[in-house]
Amino acid sequence: MDSRTGEAGILARLLEGLLSGRIRIVDLTVTLDQRTPTIVLPPELGQTWPFRIEEISRYDRRGPATYWNNFSCGEHTGTHFDAPVHWISGRDLPDNTTDTIPPAKFLATAAVIDCSRDARADPDYLLTVDRVEEWEGIHGPIPPRSWLLMRTDWSLRTDPEAFLNMGDEGANTPGPHPDLIPWLISERDVIGFGSEAVGTDAGQAPHFPIPFPCHHHMHGNNRFGLPGLCNLDQLPPHGTLLITAPLKIRQGSGSPLRALALVEEQADD
Amino acid sequence: MSGTRPPGGTAPRTGYDGVAVCAPVTVPYRRYSIRSAHWFCGQALAGLLARAGIGKDEVDGFCVSSFTLEPDSAVGLMQHLGVSPRWLDHVPMGGASGAVALRRAARAVQAGDAEIVACIGADTNHVDSFRRTIATFSQFANDAVYPYGSGGPNASFAFLTDHYMHSHGAEREDFGRLCIAQRRNAAALPHAMLRRPLTMEAYLTARLIADPLRLFDCVMPCAGAEAFLVMSTERARALDLPHAAILSTMERHNAFPDDPIQVRGGWAREVDSFYDMAGLGPGDMDLVQAYDDYPVICFMQLEDLGFCARGEAPALVRERDLTTAGDFPFNTCGGQLSAGQAGAAGGFLGLVETLRQLTDEVLGTAVEGARHGLVSCFGMITYDRGLCSSAAILGRSGA
Amino acid sequence: MTGPVGPPRRKDPTRRTRLPVTPPGNRSREAHGLAAMAAAGRFALQCCRRCGHVHYPPRQLCERCLDGELEWRDVADGGRVLAETTVRHANDLYFRERLPWKLGLVGSDAGPSIVAHLAEGCERGRRVRLALHLDRAGNAVVAASPERDASRDDPRLREMVFDPRGRRVLVVDGTTGLGRHLVEAFLASGAREVFAGFSRPWNRSPDLAALRGREGVSVYPLDVTDTDAVEKLAALIGDKVEILVNNSSHVRMGGALDRLDFNITRQEMEIHYHGLLRLAGYFGPVMRARGADGPYGAVAWVNMFSAWSLVNNPELGTYSASQAAALSLSHCMRAELAAGGVRVVNVFAGPLDDEWHQLVPPPKLDPATVAARVVRGLERGLEDIAVGAVAEEIAHRLAENPKEIERSIRL
Repeated sequence: MDSRTGEAGILARLLEGLLSGRIRIVDLTVTLDQRTPTIVLPPELGQTWPFRIEEISRYDRRGPATYWNNFSCGEHTGTHFDAPVHWISGRDLPDNTTDTIPPAKFLATAAVIDCSRDARADPDYLLTVDRVEEWEGIHGPIPPRSWLLMRTDWSLRTDPEAFLNMGDEGANTPGPHPDLIPWLISERDVIGFGSEAVGTDAGQAPHFPIPFPCHHHMHGNNRFGLPGLCNLDQLPPHGTLLITAPLKIRQGSGSPLRALALVEEQADD
Repeated sequence: MSGTRPPGGTAPRTGYDGVAVCAPVTVPYRRYSIRSAHWFCGQALAGLLARAGIGKDEVDGFCVSSFTLEPDSAVGLMQHLGVSPRWLDHVPMGGASGAVALRRAARAVQAGDAEIVACIGADTNHVDSFRRTIATFSQFANDAVYPYGSGGPNASFAFLTDHYMHSHGAEREDFGRLCIAQRRNAAALPHAMLRRPLTMEAYLTARLIADPLRLFDCVMPCAGAEAFLVMSTERARALDLPHAAILSTMERHNAFPDDPIQVRGGWAREVDSFYDMAGLGPGDMDLVQAYDDYPVICFMQLEDLGFCARGEAPALVRERDLTTAGDFPFNTCGGQLSAGQAGAAGGFLGLVETLRQLTDEVLGTAVEGARHGLVSCFGMITYDRGLCSSAAILGRSGA
Repeated sequence: MTGPVGPPRRKDPTRRTRLPVTPPGNRSREAHGLAAMAAAGRFALQCCRRCGHVHYPPRQLCERCLDGELEWRDVADGGRVLAETTVRHANDLYFRERLPWKLGLVGSDAGPSIVAHLAEGCERGRRVRLALHLDRAGNAVVAASPERDASRDDPRLREMVFDPRGRRVLVVDGTTGLGRHLVEAFLASGAREVFAGFSRPWNRSPDLAALRGREGVSVYPLDVTDTDAVEKLAALIGDKVEILVNNSSHVRMGGALDRLDFNITRQEMEIHYHGLLRLAGYFGPVMRARGADGPYGAVAWVNMFSAWSLVNNPELGTYSASQAAALSLSHCMRAELAAGGVRVVNVFAGPLDDEWHQLVPPPKLDPATVAARVVRGLERGLEDIAVGAVAEEIAHRLAENPKEIERSIRL
């Protein structure tokens, strides 16, 4: 309702859409638990804490009326948000931390490109510019300030070992081709890149000429990352509104979040 | 291990002239009791007063032996009994306490430090008190015996028995003869724990306790008290109390520490001076009481005190009749093996029985014409051997 | 308890589990000196510093010359059985359940006569070998074995050692080099089954692949930093673990001043201290309850510590500190598990020759050697096992002058 005129405004119409089922909410978040995989780095480097949880009380002598827990984890655990400050290329940019990013940037549309067959065939599959252009030829161009989400169905790998898929030369997981990210930024002005794997970059990305190109370029251009997503199969190629607000951690480089997608059902009539 | 003795006391010893032992009192034994050791001590004192016809205040000395007075000692007991002695001794020597109490009390009376000394050995036996007593018996036992599961002296005497049998070719039957004779002596004792005649077959086939020991080699713990009075002969006569004279005594502790296993006790070290003091020898004894928590220790006492040579005790029990009617009256009330072991009272049992025999106050069967009796006491296995040996020779008054 | 123990059998679910009771545990302060010797597998008795006279049972002064200073010295471990008995009646609950029980009085070559547990084959007159063992209450006792051919299946000796034979063993981290060798050493010792934990499923360890195919080995995910994982594994196999070996380890260089990184130190504490605490909380109670569950019941909890848990090596300063915290916790566990007759065995190893000790100069320990020493120590019933020259030196120097080693220890 418009606060001045009393007429049904945009928010009221949004609510009506949600209540009527015309707008569907898809939860793109994996459940956090102790088995939630975290990125594997050489053991001598600093390591992210895995998700850990300890009960404070459960209606017992520690607190008869209360059930609650303490949990701990790294900022980049499970379905999470990568802020630009996460990478050295984004270190000196303005408003680059979880507490300073303008909240408006936490709502954006998303384009979803289905690479599930490719990733099934090749775990090291890299999404190329050509492939995106081919997809745009069918579905239309990626609008500016939109997320590009790479659907691989990787989130169906619930076993941590299969999910991380470590080999002798590092992880074998799909991600963007090194050339794709600069193109997405300069040619499509995306807000960020999302994926289903443990990070936005491919498993073999440490070996690329510029290691971790998605991190390097996206964050160096004050864009975001959104790894560890699931349920991308429930999203249309276009028309999704993503809500991706991280925890407001001071100087935070990212945080686990509840990634929600609003999808407008196609009218049957 | 030969007969050589280290030099003992060689100075001439003063005799016990003018000292009388009298008023043998037994608080009847019972297997278990809810009464405390204080109660048994008090009953013993009451018995002594009744027997002597004196009042509590006339007893001015006490010598007490008990395991179960804890946390009290003889000191606290005095308040329990409401007495104010001018001479008090506590003898923590278990099975050796009878003869030791006697010689302490006799010297006190002789010196005039006390006029009438009540010597009391008493213990109670609650359902769990035997286990508790042995679980905290001594530091060495706590550290080096009890944790091995022996559950008290059974294993220690099993070792001694095993070693004795092997060293001297003793047979189970030899120990059996002693036990059977003692049981016969106990037949007339009203409060004996075990009075039914013991057959050799029953002895040999009884339940194994700790090889080679079987059930009837082991005393039965019980509650009870034994007591006597020590006073001047004059006083005893004035009170018209039958009494006995003390002809000799001895004690020796931790004798022969270098013997790898106990094959003899302190008696072996004292035996000559012991008989010298009495002017008597083993052959003069009309009856013998020896500490008998297990039969093997009787054998050692018989050997150490000169009734037979080392290793000859089996022959002695084969050849002699140990009953009250026999040619070698031995443990004439049945000993602890029949009467039961009322804790520290067991250390008094032989002395009180000898006194009964020599003052004609026998509860069981009298030994006809007995004039001299030898009492041998043994106690306190704090680790692998009994540390305390004591003995006394009593004589019929005027004998 | 005569005759060898039979092979391990599956449990009859209709029978009440025998409750753990322990032998009489009341000892004097002096007698606990024996425990220190037993813990290290020494046969040492108190000897007079002045006249050399050897004493047993323990005491505070020399019975010969009354000198007040007795010291523990290794003495000849031979002896001859002077007398023997088989106890068939006991008032103590522990022995009541284990009758008949053989005891002997042994004339030791060192001098004193010693009441000792007798293994099968130790008859009167026979020569025997004496050893100090820890009984199920964790206190020192003397046991005599035949000079030759002592049987590992002797039921009385088994009560005093932590023999893996026939038992089921959990090696908390089976995928490290040491873990893999521990698994093999336990199998070689006759363990009935080895449960091998692995903490990082994505870690493509060839050891993990080999473990998965090894007969007699079951592999389970187990991350000691994960309470839930520890709880779940305990629910799965906790009532089958008879020996638990906590070999989880997190070695990082660095001290307190020049590396301000609490992620590393927290991880050290999470793995070494809280990890042990998690294992204790979920596996400890059922092990304690199964301390008397037949001849193959729960028997030992083994902690693999660094020798630097005993004294801080500043070059691995926070690592040493977290190890010390865990060591202290192990003493708490030792007291608590003692109620069930389950013993805590602490192994103090010098640096391993592995990827985390690259900058540590030799001598470094081959993990296979460490594993063999651990299993051998369990077979002998040792409570404190120092493995390697570094660990042994630290133990000796600590005993001699803790201030000296505190000041001078470096890599």
